[in-house]
Amino acid sequence: MSDVLRVENLTVTVPSLEGAVPAVDDISFTIPTGTKVALVGESGSGKSLTAFSIMRLVDHPVKIQTGKIWLGDREISSLTDKEFRTIRGAEIAMIYQDPMSTLNPIMRVGRQIIESIQLYSDVSTKAARIRALELLNDVGILEPEKSLNSYPFEMSGGMLQRSVIAMALSGTPKLLIADEATTALDVTTQARVLDLVDKLAIERNLSVLLITHDLGVAAQFADEVMVMYDGRIVEKGSVHQIFTRPMHPYTRALLDSRCDDTVDYSQPIKSIPGQPPRPALRGDKCSFAARCSHVQENCLSSTPTLIDYGNTSAACFHSEKIISMSEVI
Amino acid sequence: MRALDGVTFSVEQGSTLALVGESGSGKTTAARMVLGLDTPDTGSVAILGKRLESLKSEELRVLRRSIQVVQQDPYSQLNRRHSVQRIIEGPLIAFGETDASIRKAKAIELLDAVGLERAYLNRRPHELSGGQCQRVAIARALIIEPKILVLDEAVSALDVSIRAQVLNLLRSLQRERSLTYLFITHDLGVAKYMADDIAVMFRGKIMEKGNREDIFKNSAHHYTRNLISSVPRTEPPIQRKQTYDIQALPTINENDACSYRSRCSVGLQQAKCQTESVPLTSGSASHAWLCHFPLENGMK
Repeated sequence: MSDVLRVENLTVTVPSLEGAVPAVDDISFTIPTGTKVALVGESGSGKSLTAFSIMRLVDHPVKIQTGKIWLGDREISSLTDKEFRTIRGAEIAMIYQDPMSTLNPIMRVGRQIIESIQLYSDVSTKAARIRALELLNDVGILEPEKSLNSYPFEMSGGMLQRSVIAMALSGTPKLLIADEATTALDVTTQARVLDLVDKLAIERNLSVLLITHDLGVAAQFADEVMVMYDGRIVEKGSVHQIFTRPMHPYTRALLDSRCDDTVDYSQPIKSIPGQPPRPALRGDKCSFAARCSHVQENCLSSTPTLIDYGNTSAACFHSEKIISMSEVI
Repeated sequence: MRALDGVTFSVEQGSTLALVGESGSGKTTAARMVLGLDTPDTGSVAILGKRLESLKSEELRVLRRSIQVVQQDPYSQLNRRHSVQRIIEGPLIAFGETDASIRKAKAIELLDAVGLERAYLNRRPHELSGGQCQRVAIARALIIEPKILVLDEAVSALDVSIRAQVLNLLRSLQRERSLTYLFITHDLGVAKYMADDIAVMFRGKIMEKGNREDIFKNSAHHYTRNLISSVPRTEPPIQRKQTYDIQALPTINENDACSYRSRCSVGLQQAKCQTESVPLTSGSASHAWLCHFPLENGMK
C-alpha cells in the first residue's frame, strides 16, 4: 500500500523568551492510503501545529524550520506558495473544531459551498448547485434544499459541521485533516458525525488524519494512533496495540487517568502529576521524565527516540517494563 | 419558551447530584436558579431549608455565604488584573473581613488545600495553566466555608491528565469539609465518578434520575441509554463497523407530548408518546423516569 502522506523530520518553532523553541520537534510519520490515523495529545503538545504545518497555514513568528512532506509521490514542501494553493483544499482538506472559522456568517451556506465547488472545478453555477445538493445529501443533511438557503446562524453545531464537511469534499481531496472536529458537538451528534466521516472515507478512499484529545474518539475511529507529547511523537502503532498494550509510560498514564463510564469510582483515578510542559529548549533528556513514575538515570541524560517493535514504536528506554506491567493488568 | 419545565430535584447534605445533559438541556439554567441568579416563573428553590423567593435581599446575601460556584472557563472566571491572593481573598472582602493578615492566612490555607504552593500568591492568571486556574477558582469558592458548591462544567476545559487531578481534589475536599456538590456536566464518565445521584436532562426536563446503578446499569429512559452508548469507549472495536448512522438527528417536534419522541426508536411508533402527557414513574425510592414505554431494565 502506498502512502498518501509522508512527513519527514518536521520541526516547527515558536517564539519564546529563550528565542525560537521547537513546538514540533523533528517528527516523521506516514499515512497509508485509505487509513484513518489519530494524532492524540494534550493541549500544547503540538498536534494542531503539525496539521497547520502540513497545510502550510503557519506564519511568522511561527516557523517551519526543517521537514519534507510528500503527498503521494509528489514533494509538496518544496512548492512555492502559489503552487501550494492548488493543493490546499483541493487535495488536502481540513476541518476545524469551530465550523464558524470556516464559514462566512453573513453568506448563505449554499452559496459558500457552490463557491467552493467552482473554485476547484470549472462548472456553471447551476451545475455547482446540483453538486452542492448532492454533497449536502451525502453528509446526512435531511433537507438539503433548506440548508442550502440557510444562513450559518440558523443551523445547529452538528449541521454546521456537516456543511463544512460537504465543503471540504467539494474538491475531491485525497486526505482530510480533522482538527478536533467533533470536540464541540454533543455526544449523540458526535457519534453520528464520526460515523459519517468513517463512511465517506471508505466510499471515497479518503485518508483521514484526526487530531483529538479524546482517547475514546481515537479508539473508536482510528486504524492507527500516534501519541504526541511536548512536540514529539512518543508512541505510534495500531489502535489495538496502543489501547491494549501501550509501550510508552505516557500512553499508559493517559489511559489510566481517563474518566469514562467504565471508571471505578470506588477509588481515586490515577492522575499524572505535574503539568504538561510548554515548548522550551529541553536539552538532552526525556521530556516526560519529570512526570514519569518509571524514570531512571539515563532518562535524564539522553533523549529517547522511537524504537521499532514491529507493529508499534515507542520513544522510551524502558518500554519492556511498561509492557510487562500492562500484562499484569 | 420553557428553558426548564417542571424540574424537581433535591441534594442531600454532603452528597453530589450531577445534572447531565447536552447543550440546551437546561442544566446551566437550573444552576442559575439554585444560585439565585435567575428567578423561576413558577416553583421554588430552597437552600438549607430556606426558600430563596421569601428572603429579603440582606438575608439572601447571608445565605450566599453558603453557596459558591466554580465555572467552566479557567481564565474568564478570574480577574486577570488581580493577583492570586487578591482573587482568593475576594469573597472575604465582599463579606467584610477587614483584617488583611487574617485574609492572607486564610488564602494561604486554601492555596495549600487545593495543592498549590505559597509562591503562587503573587502570580496572575495569565501565568497559570488551566488546571492551576481551576484550583484557584476552587480555593476562592471555599474560602468563606460554604456548604454547597455548584460546579458548572468545572473540569470540561481541562486536559485528561489534569482533569483527573482536579476531580480527585474535589472528591477529597468534599470528604474533608462535608461539602454538598451540584455538579453540572455533559460528560457521563465524570458524572459517574463524582455523583451519588444523577439527573439526566433533555430540553428542560429531567428525563430520568437515580443513583449510579439506576442510571448506568438499569437505565429506563431511551434517551439515557442513547446518551450512554454514544460516549466513545476507550476500547477499540474488535471489528470494523458494518452499519453507519450518518443522518443528522431529526429536529424536535414541539407538539409531541414527549419531547424526545422524534429521536426515539420506540416513541416514533407509538401514538401515546405524541398525545398523552408523560407521567413521572418511580421504579424504586431512588429511581424515576418520564417515559410511557421504558426500557425493561428500569421496570424491576
